[in-house]
Amino acid sequence: MRFVDEYRDPAAARALVRRIATLSNGKRFAFMEVCGGHTHTIYRHGIEHLLPDGVELVHGPGCPVCVIPMGRIDDAIAVAEQPGVLFTTFGDMMRVPGSSGSLLDAKARGADVRFVYSPLDALRLAVDNPGREVVFFAVGFETTAPSTAVTLRRAKAEGVSNFSVFCNHVTIVPPIKAILDSPDLRLDGFLGPGHVSTVIGQRPYRFVAEQYGKPLVTAGFEPLDILQAVEMLLVQCAAGRADVENQYTRCVVEEGNPRALAIMAEVFALRPHFEWRGLGFISQSALRLADAYADFDAERRFAVPGVRVADPKACQCGEVLKGVIKPWQCKVFGTACTPETPIGTCMVSSEGACAAYYNFGRLHREAALSVGARA
Amino acid sequence: MTAARAPGPSTPGRTEQDDRSGPNRTRGVSSSEAAVLGRIEAFRRRRPRLKDDVVTLAHGAGGKASAALLDAVFLEGLGRPEGPLRDAAVLDLAPGERLAFTTDSFVVSPRRFPGGSVGHLAVHGTVNDLAVMGAVPRWLSLAVVIEEGLSVAELKEIVADVAEAADGAGVAVVTGDTKVVGAGAADGIYLTTAGVGTVAPGVDLAAESVRPGDVVLLSGTMGDHGIAVMLARGDLDLEVELCSDTAPVTPLVRALLEAAPGTRWCRDPTRGGVATVCNELARDRQLAVVLDEAALPVRPAVAGACELLGLDPLYVANEGKVLAVVPPEEADAALAAVRAEPGGAEAALIGEIRAEPEGVVVLRTAFGSTRIVDMLVGDPLPRIC
Repeated sequence: MRFVDEYRDPAAARALVRRIATLSNGKRFAFMEVCGGHTHTIYRHGIEHLLPDGVELVHGPGCPVCVIPMGRIDDAIAVAEQPGVLFTTFGDMMRVPGSSGSLLDAKARGADVRFVYSPLDALRLAVDNPGREVVFFAVGFETTAPSTAVTLRRAKAEGVSNFSVFCNHVTIVPPIKAILDSPDLRLDGFLGPGHVSTVIGQRPYRFVAEQYGKPLVTAGFEPLDILQAVEMLLVQCAAGRADVENQYTRCVVEEGNPRALAIMAEVFALRPHFEWRGLGFISQSALRLADAYADFDAERRFAVPGVRVADPKACQCGEVLKGVIKPWQCKVFGTACTPETPIGTCMVSSEGACAAYYNFGRLHREAALSVGARA
Repeated sequence: MTAARAPGPSTPGRTEQDDRSGPNRTRGVSSSEAAVLGRIEAFRRRRPRLKDDVVTLAHGAGGKASAALLDAVFLEGLGRPEGPLRDAAVLDLAPGERLAFTTDSFVVSPRRFPGGSVGHLAVHGTVNDLAVMGAVPRWLSLAVVIEEGLSVAELKEIVADVAEAADGAGVAVVTGDTKVVGAGAADGIYLTTAGVGTVAPGVDLAAESVRPGDVVLLSGTMGDHGIAVMLARGDLDLEVELCSDTAPVTPLVRALLEAAPGTRWCRDPTRGGVATVCNELARDRQLAVVLDEAALPVRPAVAGACELLGLDPLYVANEGKVLAVVPPEEADAALAAVRAEPGGAEAALIGEIRAEPEGVVVLRTAFGSTRIVDMLVGDPLPRIC
């Protein structure tokens, strides 16, 4: 496949792995990949087994599905179950458990819940079904927020009155800051999120290097991207530098995407605070609809319970999201909490650290190496 | 086999036949009345005609409308038996023949997609379940649940597809049934086929005979059917030239067994794809199935669509492929034989069986690393970003 295979070339990978081994020189390094897309790539391509023992990748909070707290799922289900509502969502969100089941369960009980690939598909459903109230469950970081914004602007321009958005968009910088402020921090640097950075650019990360003295390298999503970004982080560590660098130059530019940022500023406003699954309340970390778009705000159009639900006691998603523990170190990992019956959100999306590890990585290093060696 | 084609879908014809002798009522009736009654009698003897454009509940009520639907759609499309319809098909067997028996229901949406329709699937799905057991598929039943409102024209097309596929697969549809349910109680049409095949002496394909060192063969590209159907639903604005692979695998299995008589086991990787079939084997036998990503045949269009949608071709459905486990010494012969068959040109040896790690499927990635290939959970839901 053009533009894909080039970034999965085994020979180039071997060269990078050798460079990484030389640079790490037997010392221990822990780098956090912030983005769930990276987590997925790392497990899907078995990158953990290629890296030297001492170089550890810690999976961060950048999976939009994983950070949605249970209370918001309950709110979504409450909206979906109101008469006349056609509730639309990205596929991943359907399985995320609330306090009494997921959207899939609500669908089985009779709610009209459909998955869409884009908020524009949800808007089209609204136009095609004028007798229904179509609600879009908006989740995601600055990656998906612009497409929600474009959709809302179009809905307003076309006067589509039966369309609204249940907004759960979050922003990437506050959780990175929360992790850097966490007392159990043990990271040597960050793989910066690639997709988010196509929108917000590189500047918002400068505080990571300047205030916290940690290097950050924005990385792409192919396996060679990850390996090269790890190498760039190790080069910085070896030189005693902490800079914000860009490995994903084919997509990310310094200033980001000004048009996307402008439309987000028009359509959204910052929430004073927002609850993150496992991380608690983080101030100014999420978006709501701006007052000019209040008519399209599902939280104003429908009665939502808005009840805060504590995470299940056994669930250690918070520690996994902060990189304090590995997925397999969670007490319920793979036993009570599996992709079939997830307790925590990290086990739902294939970008979630737990699901990615469970689905792809459940293989001892020795076993992986023995299989890798051809018979 | 042709003799067995005779009996067809059962019932309404019989009542007519009972009436056919005709009541002897002409005595004492005026000649003009006799002429009218005679005309009625003649009219009643005619084959029932189907004049409706859509299927209604009356077509399922067992009366004249049912008879008309049966005659004009099913007997017309699938072939008319000689003599009256009977309640069951009687199948003739050679002495000592063993039977393979399977059933499957088909509810695909959309009902027509590039490369086929639900009618083709209903035949190929069941035929292939028989074929991968080493059986020669012979007879099918066809049961149809129709939602009131389905157009008769579409029903005729689907039945024509069933007939075409059955001819192509060398099986006869020997019995059937039709039910009609109210609007909203079903989604257009559901087809259920059961199939009976005969198994030659000495053929015994079983997972129990799979052992470490064996080689895994796949008869062609992965995911063509699943992606073709997904794209035909039309809610993704992707333009891809891609056809479903729906086809009988009987010739592929026959060629395989001739070239590699030691073949251990076969499956058709339909829903859940190659990954699911391999996982079932690994779990049942507590062996490792090790697949080579670089060897997996995937069309660029399927690979591209999967990449965009966040799906893995290993889990996407096929409808005309065989996955076989063959002894290592017969692997090359098996591959050559399958490749020589129509539909087998892209066959490949995709992996091997190992003793460890027990019970899992491991993929050696093209990238040079390894990962687990697990069972699919729920529907394959696309990733967000």
